[in-house]
Amino acid sequence: MMMIFGKPAPLLFGQLLLGIINGSFYAMLSLGLAIIFGLLRVINFAHGALFMVGAFVTWGLHHYLGIGFWPALLIAPVIVAALGLGIERGLIRFTYKLDILYGLLLTFGLALVLEGLFTNGFGSSGVAYNAPDLLSGVVDLGFMFLPVYRGFVIVAAIVICTAVWFTIEKTRLGALLRAATENPSLVQAFGVNVPRLIALTFAGGVGLAGLAGVLAAPLYSVNPNMGSALIDTVFAVVVIGGMGSIGGAILTGFGLGIIQGFTEVFYPPASSVVVFAVMAIVLLTRPAGLFGKAA
Amino acid sequence: MTISRRTLIGSAATGAAMASLPMGRARAAGGKSIKIAVISDFSGPYRDDGGPTSVACVEQAVADFGATQKGYNVTVLKGDHQNKPDVGTALARQFYDQGVDLVIDVPNTAVAIAINGVAHDKNRAFIDSGAAGSSLTDKFCNAQSIHWTYDTYMLAQSTGGAMVKAGGKSWFFVTANYAFGHLLHDQTAAVVKSHGGTVVGNVNYPFPQTTDFSSFLIQAESSGAQVLGLANAGADTVNSIKQAHQFGLTKKMKIAGLLVFINDVHGMGLDIAQDLILTESFYWNLNDRTRAFTKRVLPRTPNNYPCMDQAGCYSGTLHFLKTVHAMNNMAAVKNGAELVAAMKKMPTDDDAFGKAYIREDGRFMCTAYLFKVKKPGESKIPWDYYTLLASTPANKAYMPMSEETACKLIKT
Repeated sequence: MMMIFGKPAPLLFGQLLLGIINGSFYAMLSLGLAIIFGLLRVINFAHGALFMVGAFVTWGLHHYLGIGFWPALLIAPVIVAALGLGIERGLIRFTYKLDILYGLLLTFGLALVLEGLFTNGFGSSGVAYNAPDLLSGVVDLGFMFLPVYRGFVIVAAIVICTAVWFTIEKTRLGALLRAATENPSLVQAFGVNVPRLIALTFAGGVGLAGLAGVLAAPLYSVNPNMGSALIDTVFAVVVIGGMGSIGGAILTGFGLGIIQGFTEVFYPPASSVVVFAVMAIVLLTRPAGLFGKAA
Repeated sequence: MTISRRTLIGSAATGAAMASLPMGRARAAGGKSIKIAVISDFSGPYRDDGGPTSVACVEQAVADFGATQKGYNVTVLKGDHQNKPDVGTALARQFYDQGVDLVIDVPNTAVAIAINGVAHDKNRAFIDSGAAGSSLTDKFCNAQSIHWTYDTYMLAQSTGGAMVKAGGKSWFFVTANYAFGHLLHDQTAAVVKSHGGTVVGNVNYPFPQTTDFSSFLIQAESSGAQVLGLANAGADTVNSIKQAHQFGLTKKMKIAGLLVFINDVHGMGLDIAQDLILTESFYWNLNDRTRAFTKRVLPRTPNNYPCMDQAGCYSGTLHFLKTVHAMNNMAAVKNGAELVAAMKKMPTDDDAFGKAYIREDGRFMCTAYLFKVKKPGESKIPWDYYTLLASTPANKAYMPMSEETACKLIKT
């Protein structure tokens, strides 16, 4: 068997693939965060909790209404986005004129409230949700057995990330969004309803978190704390990629997933720390992040 | 409306104060007053294994004891330790200073060890039901504390021993990288080796930041081991098993869940949990007495059946109340060492654990049951999840007192 650094090569190829799968979630979650921060200047600490809500809605659709995974892929993000719209209109918009820390505190509190409500309602040990029949089973790749569903997650994540990046960077809607954050009063003068645009952006950002939640439901234990376990890493991804940089968030998400995957083979206890070690190095050498514009 | 800095700070301060305030349920005044405090996880990962259902079980014990009829005025208090030793210590101090006679439950070994020390300093009784660490009756044993229900040594003996005997000779461990995980791994590895098995690998993964276990599972698979030993608990175990299924590991390896509660099985669903081998010292559907107890307590906790931890809170509280009644001396009850010594002298008997006793070092001696999780088709009624495979008598299940015990209560 071929060995690389004392580890069997098939094992390392497997890790590369697993790293990309975890990176898919980092990318999708940090993408929503980057959009919200880039366009609204709000550090959305409730992002992990909304990811969790997405997973629970997916479970709830099946459990109470018998609606399966495929329709949930569409319905759950819309429900989470609607919730996001309510949160933005009801709470977050009042923090725009204040220091950035108020938005952070508010969303952090919201995350605790959401997690508390779900813990109270559904308990802490989670609820059962399985992959749809079409995507269950494994394929033999020669060097490892890949669950079909995980392969689907990679493809879905790449499609979603590319679509969002294209919308923001290459379309007229994206241009309007970017203009509205640069100079809201001027864009308003051209007849654009800026508050509505911003509200919809927030809803879209958390809708992405909801979508990631749907994709996560068959993979992970669906429990009220599932979001808070991921959110620290996702924030590190956004910081490394450069706050507000859409492309940076996507590339860094996948990259860090891979780095973490290899750490899990060579020195597992460090696998949660490695992301923050990378963050420290990046901030020391490029304070604006890998893809961020200098402040 | 604008949110001013003052309202924000004000509400934050109120929130913090509310979180640390013990939530109480007072009963009618009159009679001899007894206070019991349930310190548990009410908001985090161990809530379903302890939390509100533990309180329900303590209240059931008070009712079954017939406290009011016997002239006692029992108050059950509760506090959320949030899995933080400092929060747990502060809560325990506060409770004991308020005149609480017994602190009970406390899942999470780190918090349990901290509260164990407070009970000793204040000389008040402490029954731990939820924590796993066998160090509570070893290195950290004291005259005020009793470790009820189960411990890491017993889990290792029962689950580990049974799997090796059934032919699972080579093991790969996935271990939560903290005191509990290490203790469970070390003790199980020792059992595996003593039965002629081998440990081919171990991964210490970061706790609690890990949600994806696929990398460790692939490593386990490529090691060629026959058994995957999961030295973790709660959501980590659920995630490990769920993902082991996705990778088809269950077809090649047997999975030993070294600490799995029935609530975890419920959370996973039988599709995923089927055929899992695990150990509990209580199962609601074990015999007529356990079924009778469960029927009585369920109205207090309709959506969550009691696991061994919560049943231990029932058993411990009932025995505590019986001892208090037998002592018939309310001044002596306030002396933790005296009370616990009296509890150790009296054999226990209740519907949840049957007849048992408390050993000199504070170890509650009950039978350990080895279970296999049923397949979806085999489960006929709600929460009908286990098939009994074997039972290990208490004197075989728990660490013998002679064996290098560090407990200072034992005079050698």
